[in-house]
Amino acid sequence: MYRFLWKGIIRDRNRSLLPVLVVTIGVFAVVFSSGFIEGTLDNMIRTTADFQTGHLKVMTRAYLNNEEQKPNDLALLESDALQEKLTKDFSGVEWTPRIFFGGLLDIPDRNGETKAQGPVSGTAYDLLSPGSREAERIGLQQSLVSGHGIQRPDEIIISYDFADRYQVHPGDTVTFFGSTMYGSMSFANYTVAGVARFGIAQLDRGAVILDISDARLLLDMDNAASELFGFLPGNLYDSEQAERIKESFNRQHTAETDEYTPVMVQLADQDFMGQMLAYMDVVSLAIVILLVFALAIVLWNAGILSSIRRYNEFGVRLAMGEEKKHIYRTLLVESLFIGIIGSVVGTTLGVALCYYLQDHGIDYSAMMDSVNMMIDPVLHARVTRQLYFIGFIPGVLSMFIGSALAGTAIYRRNTAMLFKELD
Amino acid sequence: MIMKKIFYILFITLVTVSVSAQNAEQIIQEVDKNISAKSQIAESTMTVHGKRNSRTMTAKSYTIGDEKSFTEYLSPAREKGTKMLKLAKEMWVYSPSTDRTIMISGHMLRQSVMGSDLSYEDMMEDRKLTEMYTPTLAGGETIDGRKCYVVKLTAKVNDVAYHSQKMWVDTERLVPLKQELYAKSGQLLKQITLSDIKRIQNRWFPTKMNYKDMLKDGKGTEYTITNIQFDKDIPATIFSKASLKQ
Repeated sequence: MYRFLWKGIIRDRNRSLLPVLVVTIGVFAVVFSSGFIEGTLDNMIRTTADFQTGHLKVMTRAYLNNEEQKPNDLALLESDALQEKLTKDFSGVEWTPRIFFGGLLDIPDRNGETKAQGPVSGTAYDLLSPGSREAERIGLQQSLVSGHGIQRPDEIIISYDFADRYQVHPGDTVTFFGSTMYGSMSFANYTVAGVARFGIAQLDRGAVILDISDARLLLDMDNAASELFGFLPGNLYDSEQAERIKESFNRQHTAETDEYTPVMVQLADQDFMGQMLAYMDVVSLAIVILLVFALAIVLWNAGILSSIRRYNEFGVRLAMGEEKKHIYRTLLVESLFIGIIGSVVGTTLGVALCYYLQDHGIDYSAMMDSVNMMIDPVLHARVTRQLYFIGFIPGVLSMFIGSALAGTAIYRRNTAMLFKELD
Repeated sequence: MIMKKIFYILFITLVTVSVSAQNAEQIIQEVDKNISAKSQIAESTMTVHGKRNSRTMTAKSYTIGDEKSFTEYLSPAREKGTKMLKLAKEMWVYSPSTDRTIMISGHMLRQSVMGSDLSYEDMMEDRKLTEMYTPTLAGGETIDGRKCYVVKLTAKVNDVAYHSQKMWVDTERLVPLKQELYAKSGQLLKQITLSDIKRIQNRWFPTKMNYKDMLKDGKGTEYTITNIQFDKDIPATIFSKASLKQ
């Protein structure tokens, strides 16, 4: 029977194509939407991770207790050795040092005296080491309004509003004036390499970027780092994996009581990200449930309609002596086959598109007036295990249930009335 | 009879208060005579106790009244050659490593100097106490075996770093041994302990000071004057921006 029904579906496309298409489109829509929502949420997490939290972060205990002040006097010393150890212990995780600092940026006149001056907050990234992905991670290139990225030591990136206000251009010399990690005065001249748009008003008013080697010289932080950022493989955050790594690292240092002992935190531990992630999970779950519910209703209807359309056929078959039970069974099997075909095709198409968007994304920067560092102008999706069944199961079941419900009408058919209907 | 008694009591109170005010005024005047001078040439060391280490810097400074001040840091290597010039209310810092003269103004003046518990404002403030504050006598205490007047000072001008002070003044030598500096809200901002009082050119002068920023943890900053000369002639050329680069 199954082979016969299967052949009937494949050969009689007039009857099967529309239901299969409906299931395919519905399942594809749910699968792709789910993957797209995950990708959009990932984008938000990625921005936070890239700039503020990393997927994992290592700092001293004392620094962690005062983290909002970014106190460099409590920074990690011997950070190179620690970074090597972390790379060895947790393969696949990319570790990178960062330094946060603040001070004054002084713009000289022709005589070398102060022409203009403004407070700035700075971040130093590892931009010049071979193989470093920091520039790509923070979207430096696309956020540049003029000039170029940092290509050599003693270069600095400044924010757009600051450059505009104080009329600073690429190629100009500026002087940073601040304090070292030990409190001494620190001065350094830099050449403005480029002007960038950060995308947050506070940063655009006064933010600068240095290479970490320059920051270490400036702040007397040789072989030191404010924080060590860690990024999981594929740059995709996995809270369980992050938690395992964090627990493993912190267990190694539990016995140490020194306030400068390194401690690791993960993304969910920082800046209320745990609550934010839980909220995002609930929101995405609610959206997916709504989508699946809508899919189920549509396919249920499709199942009912496709069965209703065949009432005449059922009547003929009943008149020909086929048992009601047999007709009903064939109806259910056909709907199952149609549901499976549509769900397989829909899921395959949905997951394939999500894979593509996960790896390549859609760049919509051409449609934006200006691109900045904080907003990733590339739409991504994310493939998760759930995508393989989130559309498949309702795609199969809804069609099946709809047909099953509509098919109960077979049992109410009165054989005596059949010939009257055929009239 | 009763009226006479009331009048008598009021009269005594008024006299006591005015005598006390006069005394407080006189005490602070004597403090100013000891501490302030027409000019000063001083060599000093400043030890800053940080979280992880302590650093000691040496400097030489030239001061004329409360308007002009020039300081050159002599050591350690990182600080060597850094100079600061104050003229009236403006301040410049010269850095030899960048060959730049940078003006410090506004809120930057409240920042710490070299990571110490002193701010640029603290270093710049050289006006006489009698010009800035109204003193009142608040009793007496003993510090390190020395009897002291306790004098409360309340700002009488707007442009002061600290709205009020409490000062323990050695009754014999009329130099402060301890100061507490307060914000307008009453919050204690800084505590200064002065010691190693020496007789220099007919005045008593504290050569050791410990500044403690009460809003920060830590042991504070020790400031020691190793050599000081008062009322010497200082060439005017020192107090120019050109001298910063020399």
